[in-house]
Amino acid sequence: MLEVTDLECVRGNRTLFASVGFALRGGELLRAAGANGSGKTSLLRIVCGLLVPTRGEVRWRGSDIRSLREDYGRQLLYVGHANAVKDDLTASENLAVTCTLAGIPASGGQVRAALHRLGLAGCEKLPVRVLSQGQRRRLALARLALGGSVPLWVLDEPFTALDAAAVDCVQTLILEQLGRGAAVIFTTHQDQLAAAVTFCIDLDSRAR
Amino acid sequence: MLPAMRCVIHRDLLLALRRRADVMTMLLFFVIVASLFPLGVGPEPNLLRTIAPGVIWVAALLASMLSLTRMFSADYADGTLEQMLLSSAPLGAIVAAKVTAHWLISGLPLVLMAPVLALQYDLPRPLLEVLTLSLLLGTPVLSLIGAIGAALTLGVRGGGVLLALLVLPLYVPVLVIGAGTVDVAAAGLGAQPYFQLLGALLVVAAAFAPWAIAVALRISIE
Amino acid sequence: MLAPWFGVLAAAFCAAGLYIGFFIAPTDHQQGEAYRIIFIHVPAAWMSMFLYLVMAFWAGVGLMFNTRLSGMMASALAPTGALFTFIALWTGSLWGKPTWGTWWVWDARLTSELILLFLYFGFMALQAAIDEPRRADRAGAVLALTGVVNIPIIYFSVRWWNTLHQGASVSLTSAPTMAATMFAGMVVMAFGFWFYSIATALARARCIILERERATDWVADYARVPK
Repeated sequence: MLEVTDLECVRGNRTLFASVGFALRGGELLRAAGANGSGKTSLLRIVCGLLVPTRGEVRWRGSDIRSLREDYGRQLLYVGHANAVKDDLTASENLAVTCTLAGIPASGGQVRAALHRLGLAGCEKLPVRVLSQGQRRRLALARLALGGSVPLWVLDEPFTALDAAAVDCVQTLILEQLGRGAAVIFTTHQDQLAAAVTFCIDLDSRAR
Repeated sequence: MLPAMRCVIHRDLLLALRRRADVMTMLLFFVIVASLFPLGVGPEPNLLRTIAPGVIWVAALLASMLSLTRMFSADYADGTLEQMLLSSAPLGAIVAAKVTAHWLISGLPLVLMAPVLALQYDLPRPLLEVLTLSLLLGTPVLSLIGAIGAALTLGVRGGGVLLALLVLPLYVPVLVIGAGTVDVAAAGLGAQPYFQLLGALLVVAAAFAPWAIAVALRISIE
Repeated sequence: MLAPWFGVLAAAFCAAGLYIGFFIAPTDHQQGEAYRIIFIHVPAAWMSMFLYLVMAFWAGVGLMFNTRLSGMMASALAPTGALFTFIALWTGSLWGKPTWGTWWVWDARLTSELILLFLYFGFMALQAAIDEPRRADRAGAVLALTGVVNIPIIYFSVRWWNTLHQGASVSLTSAPTMAATMFAGMVVMAFGFWFYSIATALARARCIILERERATDWVADYARVPK
């Protein structure tokens, strides 16, 4: 589904990584590993099309993602470092907005169910301003509970700031998604999902 | 495409509603700037009547520029902008929705406030209508052009001042034609062609700007 | 490597142009000797507008084909363009003093030229504010293209504004018909300025390339050779 060939990424005057390539099929889980500053986030942003690589290309089902644009956006769910939630909106308003932007249809009931699943029951009507860091992360990840139909998930450090229960919940979501035949790319510093990882890209060894 | 646009407009209006102080600050700025001119040039009614259209237009232009820096920066900081770039709707459409929301929040209040300020300058009644209408056609152009600058200066140090430097020269035609429309009407000539000119500017800006804003955002987010 | 040769050509043409302008061209019967400043003023004004177009062209090429060199050319041209705009404004006001009796009139051309100067400044300020060179080039390109779409609109709106507010303004177009030698002087000067622009832009582009590629081997080799 996703083919990445000969990627090179230069930030400032530093080459973060060079000649990174992989092919990801449905149901496969890819983990990008590496020390801080090794370019994990950059790699994920390149795969999403937010960052243009210095060399190489990313192809989705045979066509370059830069020519697909919003058609690729429809098939992609990206949870970045930033939670993309607004302090002044309530949890359910935030989730509804992100789902509409991503093109995932979500009724009020589904939004509530997703928040429940991530352990945010009772927070639906609260403005995000009063939520804790971990709760905000859960809210950002609640999108995953609604994104079952999206064939590619790209998750940047999904487990940071989460407690054990939430980590379990997100792991289950990812495993379910793999079972549906979707592809998932993620980064982590811990060893969650180690058994399920199809292959791992170690960026430390690709650095110059 | 349409649900995403409606969603973005609705969200931005909701956010503005929950942060009413921002809109009020901008309106107050508009009122204060426009009220400073009589203090600067003296209370001579004829002089004030002559400078009124220009002063109100310049004040509206500065006030709408104040709110430009906030247009994308909050979404940029909390990661929402990334989600917009990866949306299932075309970026140009989302950007158009953002600009529309920006105009509803910071352009429309200025248009509604302008006739009140013009009364301070003793502008006669028919000219009030011309002034309001010219602002109604002109302020969306300001939002559209300003958004290009806002997108280009996203996350750049000294962004606010730089934004003014980039955007103000590009505002010149709108200012000239907008304020000129009122002058023409004051001279007793038909203002019709100038309204058409303003309308044409709006059409050109609406056609060209969302594209430029989208390109600029993609560049800035890298 | 061609930069010095263009520099020489520029000096030669400017010298010839100035000679024609100051010694050969006849004295104007209305304005006296003061008019001779147009041999600098008019070519500088031509160049200021022309260079913005060239800059926008390179910017557009860079944005479309994602080539790095065109972005560098655009940023190399900007300071020269701003310089000519400034010269045009400066000589314009020097000329205005004896002719119109004032340093500055809100004439349509002077005003447009002033706004053009602001556009150049905006371009340079934006590029200076962004650290990442590729982003600077591309952001500058969007701005330059926006500016180029706007320049005709600005020019016509300013002209309209001028006729609206000054019924009987000083008209440049009704100046006495130009003698052939005057025109020749201006064209020669324009060529001189043209070569000067090419020379400085090439020299500046070379510096930019060396600076940006300093990590690569060929720059290191190049730096070692002259020693």
